[in-house]
Amino acid sequence: MSESTLSARLQERFAAHAPTIVEALGETTMEIPAGAVTEVMTALRDEDGFEFKQMIDLCGVDYAAYGQVEWETETVSGSGFSRGREAGVDGKVAKNERRFAVVYHLLSVTRNERMRVKAFLPDDAFPLIASVVDIWPTANWFEREAFDLFGILFDGHPDLRRILTDYGFVGHPFRKDFPLTGHVEVRYDEAKGRVVYQPVSIEPRVLVPRVIRHDSRYGAIPVGVDGTTGGDANG
Amino acid sequence: MAEIQNMTLNFGPQHPAAHGVLRLVLEMEGEVIMRADPHIGLLHRGTEKLAESKPYNQSIGYMDRLDYVSMMCNEHAYVMAVERLAGVEVPLRAQYIRVMFDEVTRILNHLLWIGAHALDIGAMTMFLYAFREREDLMDCYEAVSGARLHATYYRPGGVYRDLPDVMPKYKASKWRSEAEVKKLNANREGSMLDFLDDFCARFPACVDEYETLLTDNRIWKQRTVNIGVVDPDRAVALGFTGPMIRGSGIAWDLRKKQPYEVYDRMDFDIPVGVNGDCYDRYLVRMEEMRQSNRIIKQCVDWLRVNAGPVMPEGSKVAPPSRTDMKGDMEALIHHFKLFTEGYCLPQGEAYAAVEHPKGEFGIYMISDGANKPYRVKIRAPGFVHISALDEMVRGHMLADVVSVIGTQDLVFGEVDR
Repeated sequence: MSESTLSARLQERFAAHAPTIVEALGETTMEIPAGAVTEVMTALRDEDGFEFKQMIDLCGVDYAAYGQVEWETETVSGSGFSRGREAGVDGKVAKNERRFAVVYHLLSVTRNERMRVKAFLPDDAFPLIASVVDIWPTANWFEREAFDLFGILFDGHPDLRRILTDYGFVGHPFRKDFPLTGHVEVRYDEAKGRVVYQPVSIEPRVLVPRVIRHDSRYGAIPVGVDGTTGGDANG
Repeated sequence: MAEIQNMTLNFGPQHPAAHGVLRLVLEMEGEVIMRADPHIGLLHRGTEKLAESKPYNQSIGYMDRLDYVSMMCNEHAYVMAVERLAGVEVPLRAQYIRVMFDEVTRILNHLLWIGAHALDIGAMTMFLYAFREREDLMDCYEAVSGARLHATYYRPGGVYRDLPDVMPKYKASKWRSEAEVKKLNANREGSMLDFLDDFCARFPACVDEYETLLTDNRIWKQRTVNIGVVDPDRAVALGFTGPMIRGSGIAWDLRKKQPYEVYDRMDFDIPVGVNGDCYDRYLVRMEEMRQSNRIIKQCVDWLRVNAGPVMPEGSKVAPPSRTDMKGDMEALIHHFKLFTEGYCLPQGEAYAAVEHPKGEFGIYMISDGANKPYRVKIRAPGFVHISALDEMVRGHMLADVVSVIGTQDLVFGEVDR
């Protein structure tokens, strides 16, 4: 069967949306503008040559701290190592222009093919994208999850409620500026005779600092946040 | 006359048939379900966020605690994602060990499932039968990893160590006489492979026993036939995988369709259902246990005659040998760095999926080049299946909710993550 590859077919069909198509590690990723989601996804599901009838997964990603480290490995030769510190996220995205992305994993049972679709959301402060519930009913809970954990809003979702966090939870815990310890803890109050919320009493700390080191066997040298190349090869 | 309104019924979160902490808000008209609204997340521990704050190897143990009745399959998807990003080759022997333990895990999972499912809908005996065989398999877990449930046995690159030459044995006590213990230890005198070989020989008869109790049982059929029917197209649209999609008649199994490790060398069949009801899914899972048994047998035979490493030699993800460490400075540094800072993976993203006993279990991992994952997304089959609960129970009676929860094989460790 002399059929063109999936990425070639995607490139041809969706040229109008100027997608970025990457083949890496045996997986095909197509990055599309957030506005084109409904149109592209419908085509991917229904058209011959794609037939992605199943949406395996949908998730949000927060790129706010991408490439940031808690322990500098390159510039410290003169000053000595500092203690690891929790990387601060100041809301500005260092490397990526846009903060939030929604990632879809699609599967075609008939063609036995997988692909990944990625859409960056244009507005960091008000992350909004069209819902795909009408295309794949599975998306319902996945979108609720992405809303709950990242605060991504899905336009047209019939029932966008929180799903995993507690009733009355405040904030979106998987955002990079949300501390690992959270903001509140619960305990039973003897005097009041009920469970109460209070600010967390433990301090966030770093056990193993996050570092980025260059390993010569991995090929291209990754570029650090400040534009310099990564640390030494002594991994 | 007073106006009759729908009744809202709260089911769980502490209900014995809810398989953990599921809270269901049911809207009833008489005894008929009009709408079911599952409230999940009561067991949410933020596994994905925790994984972001730890070096890669330190999260393997968390994977066991997702679906805590099929531990090693969860680990498998995780280490496969790491391996794909790192470009590590897994030695052949380790691949066989993984396949063998994946299938041991599948039987463990299905045994617990049949025990709990049958118990929920009125067949108490199954639970006792199933736990008898589970005990033997958990002893294999213990022999190989030291832990009966949360094994943390797989590692990126292979498995933690080679198979043991001895099995844990029963000891005589106040409650067990010497003669009794001798009988119990009869098949534990050899290596773990001998023990598993013995298990493979007797397990098909055990499955026959379960089937004698259930397959033609009138009450069992009344509770499962034509309950929770999902047609094939709908099963695909709802994102079903594993026994849930096979029960609806679609022969989709990652072990066959997108083989990983050495599944392409294994001889086994994929059972499929016809009607897509709870009874068909029951039959599918029963047959899967027999097929898993066949795979284990093939792995045991291969592992007996083929020795070899279980971790790649000289890889950054594998610790150096103890002897090297004592004499070689580089090896000592490597050991220290591996167990403190871990290893950095190149930038990129990977999605690795395995045919988990419950369906497709996938790990989507993004690396920005650091020693910790930038983002880990766990694709849990149970999460997808329970999202279709509303559709599956609509129009059924209250008692059928329990059948449907059972047939979906829900474990809240993975649904809530």
